[in-house]
Amino acid sequence: MHLVEKAQILDEKGMARALTRIAHEIIERNHGTDNLVLIGIRRRGVPIAVRLAERIQKIEGTAVPVGFLDITLYRDDLTKLDYHPVLYKTQVDFSVTDKIVVLVDDVLYTGRTTRAAMDAIMDLGRPKVIQMAVMVDRGHRELPIRADYVGKNVPTSTKEVVSVEINEIDGRDRILILERIGPDE
Amino acid sequence: MSIKHLLGLEHLPVETITKILDTAGPMKQIISRDLKKVPTLRGKAVATVFYEPSTRTRLSFELAAKYLSADTVGLATASSSVVKGETLIDTARTVAAMGVDVIVLRHPMSGAAELMTRYTDAYVVNAGDGMHEHPTQALLDMFTILESKNRISGLKVAILGDILHSRVARSNIWGLTKLGAEVHVAGPPTMLPAGLEQLGVRVYDRPEAALEGADVVMALRLQLERQRQGLIPSLREYARLYGLNAERLALTKDDAVVLHPGPMNRGVEITAEVADGSRSLITDQVTNGVAVRMACLYLMTVGDASREDID
Amino acid sequence: MKILIKGGTVFDPSAGTLRDLDVLIEDARVIKVESGISGRGAIVLDASGMLVSPGLIDMHVHLREPGYEYKETIATGTAAALSGGFTAVAAMPNTNPVADNPAIIEFIRKQAAAAANARVYPVGAITRGLEGNVLAEMGEMHAAGALAFSNDGRPVVSAGVMRRAMQYARMVGVPIISHCEDDTLVDGGVMSEGLTASVLGLKGIPAAAEEVIVARDLLLAETTGCALHVAHVSTAGSVRLIREAKRRGVPVTAEATAHHFVLTDEAVAGYNTSAKVNPPLRSRTDVQAVLEGLADGSIDVIASDHAPHADYEKAVEFDQAAMGLVGLETTLGLVFTYLVEPGVLTAAEALTRLTANPARILGLPETVLKPGAVADITVIDTHCEWEVDPNRFLSKSQNTPFAGFKLRGQAVATIVAGKIRKHSGVRSQ
Repeated sequence: MHLVEKAQILDEKGMARALTRIAHEIIERNHGTDNLVLIGIRRRGVPIAVRLAERIQKIEGTAVPVGFLDITLYRDDLTKLDYHPVLYKTQVDFSVTDKIVVLVDDVLYTGRTTRAAMDAIMDLGRPKVIQMAVMVDRGHRELPIRADYVGKNVPTSTKEVVSVEINEIDGRDRILILERIGPDE
Repeated sequence: MSIKHLLGLEHLPVETITKILDTAGPMKQIISRDLKKVPTLRGKAVATVFYEPSTRTRLSFELAAKYLSADTVGLATASSSVVKGETLIDTARTVAAMGVDVIVLRHPMSGAAELMTRYTDAYVVNAGDGMHEHPTQALLDMFTILESKNRISGLKVAILGDILHSRVARSNIWGLTKLGAEVHVAGPPTMLPAGLEQLGVRVYDRPEAALEGADVVMALRLQLERQRQGLIPSLREYARLYGLNAERLALTKDDAVVLHPGPMNRGVEITAEVADGSRSLITDQVTNGVAVRMACLYLMTVGDASREDID
Repeated sequence: MKILIKGGTVFDPSAGTLRDLDVLIEDARVIKVESGISGRGAIVLDASGMLVSPGLIDMHVHLREPGYEYKETIATGTAAALSGGFTAVAAMPNTNPVADNPAIIEFIRKQAAAAANARVYPVGAITRGLEGNVLAEMGEMHAAGALAFSNDGRPVVSAGVMRRAMQYARMVGVPIISHCEDDTLVDGGVMSEGLTASVLGLKGIPAAAEEVIVARDLLLAETTGCALHVAHVSTAGSVRLIREAKRRGVPVTAEATAHHFVLTDEAVAGYNTSAKVNPPLRSRTDVQAVLEGLADGSIDVIASDHAPHADYEKAVEFDQAAMGLVGLETTLGLVFTYLVEPGVLTAAEALTRLTANPARILGLPETVLKPGAVADITVIDTHCEWEVDPNRFLSKSQNTPFAGFKLRGQAVATIVAGKIRKHSGVRSQ
């Protein structure tokens, strides 16, 4: 099986515009930045959270705490994996209790990662509210979970893969739809 | 990487050792949280089967398993009742038949953990077998050294004491030399095993040469029965000739750190002054033991150990 | 009944020669050794390309009966002997009860006669119950058929007791076979001291544990004049001590086992209990010294030290595992593969260490194929390649470190007192 590029959903500028819009939406929905914290889900949620925090600071003039979350230990498919996921450190150097926590990730798909992230956050403290921001919502939810802030809604088939490339990790910004070709292993 | 069983560091590839040490870092975070539990090993059962008395190793493994949400059961058998090998094999079969996923085995005889793997489908962690290996102790020692020195390669590590009977020394020799450290061991000539030089280890019968310029000093526990066995004349003479004291520690580098696998005989292999001094990492070792054992349990039971990470 | 062994190469230990001759047997005796004997009226064994030797003698075997029949019986042990090409074995006395009195010696001979496989020469205990204190009734046992005395499996700890035993054995006119081991130096060891033991965390046995007793017993033999046979020599130091003693004229002979000239302590790696044996497998240097000792005659005899144990006595922690391995069915193949093929010994030299030398030490009649001699004969296919498969052993036990070894050389016919007891139709492929 291999992946072939099918379409580009967003380019660098499109991603930047979407992030700016989400930053505005977060401030607006929460009436400012009081008690607001951003937590990026490793790996690509991390640079996205950092960028959102930069934009919020530019708009509001206040620095919003940013944390990074590794949800590996909370995954529900660990025993079914045919590989070893890399375990990264969680870096949440502030209390989440009574905070407005905005979880940040690149793609919202089945909702299982979000479920794991919520459990991980709850183990760190008791937030006032948890919200969710993603670059792409591609549908196919398996749990009753929805995003509060979405860069772009993209209807997909399960044969397709949404690839979010971020400069800090992948060397450029763009979002692609790839298609699996050939038999599954 | 492949760690279906964790029997020793002799046959563990460098990449696997590195992976365990890398995984122990995130695990250590969990121990320092208010809520010290992740759901990772929910539904897994870990049995600690100890044929030798040991409070700290057993506690460390049980907490590691519990922090990862595994269920734990303990089976303690007095070593005096280990009369025949069938005991061990029967135990292996029985425990596995009850659905235990991981058996943590402590046994007074070398090779017991390996023997157990032949009679059970459960994963086996060697928590110390005779004079053979104690891999998780060496891994926690290496993790502690890494925390303090940020590297292992190129360090001079001195191991002092009863090398002959020490499974901790053996596992450390394998692990440290694999990661590029220079290992020097020193002990009474009656407690030095034959042929160690062939593993690239420098062997001395006096501690001073081993300590000269060392980055890390590891003092081994002296089993007090060794005097009765006639291997040393007296504890007093042992302390005088081999004990790690401030004077000997001064031979090492200024920033050298001190490790001890515990429990310590203060005043015998190490003075209280050194054990409780600023260079001592002995308390860190205890915390790190839980983290390293969490990493081992996690890597053994999660995912397919035969495939490398594809992120 | 006549049997004609036709077309083979006959080994004569008295002359050390190998000659192409036919051997004609009638009833229990050899009646003719010539070339071109007619096979009329005889069963003909085609031995072309094979060695025809006087029957092989294994002077160090544990048959385990009485007392440990779950490991081996006299019937199964002697069947294994025939299978391995041995027409006779010497049975060590560490049975239960111990063979320390004439009744047990007689019992062993009776069981051997009933089994009607290989001949059995009982070895009596030096001291009662192998305890190392009180001398056993050597004279009575000798009269009942014991050909030598040994506490094999355990050392005679007291030098004083050993000295008296040698004085007494000299009077009886039989050799003392010494198991040389100093308990205080063994000190709970389970394998040879060295890197492998250090890595495995197993307690090592130093070479000195054997050598100090070899030295002691050589001195005692020298002063008492008793014939001393050193069992299972395993270290370079022992070989050197024996070589020097022989030069001085000490009445000493010695034996080596196949496992001590084939394997080193590295065979124990992985806690391989089938390689747990006493004396332990030693270093490469020691193996080399044993080979040299065999080559220069310092070591007179090759024996198996066949020591059967049940599976469950080996499938345990290494420290707990029984010591010993079965050897009757592998020794001949190991001799040809590891001594004759690489040129350490000629076939004639190797066979001398399996026939004439043990016979001489045990005071048996000369082993030679000539008219009138008892027809104990082993026919050996020296080219036959085979793989050691313990499941095919006739021994009751399978504890061998040689499973899977590819060997060359095998007995194809074993004849005891003119009767073909083992005959395999297998020819080399």
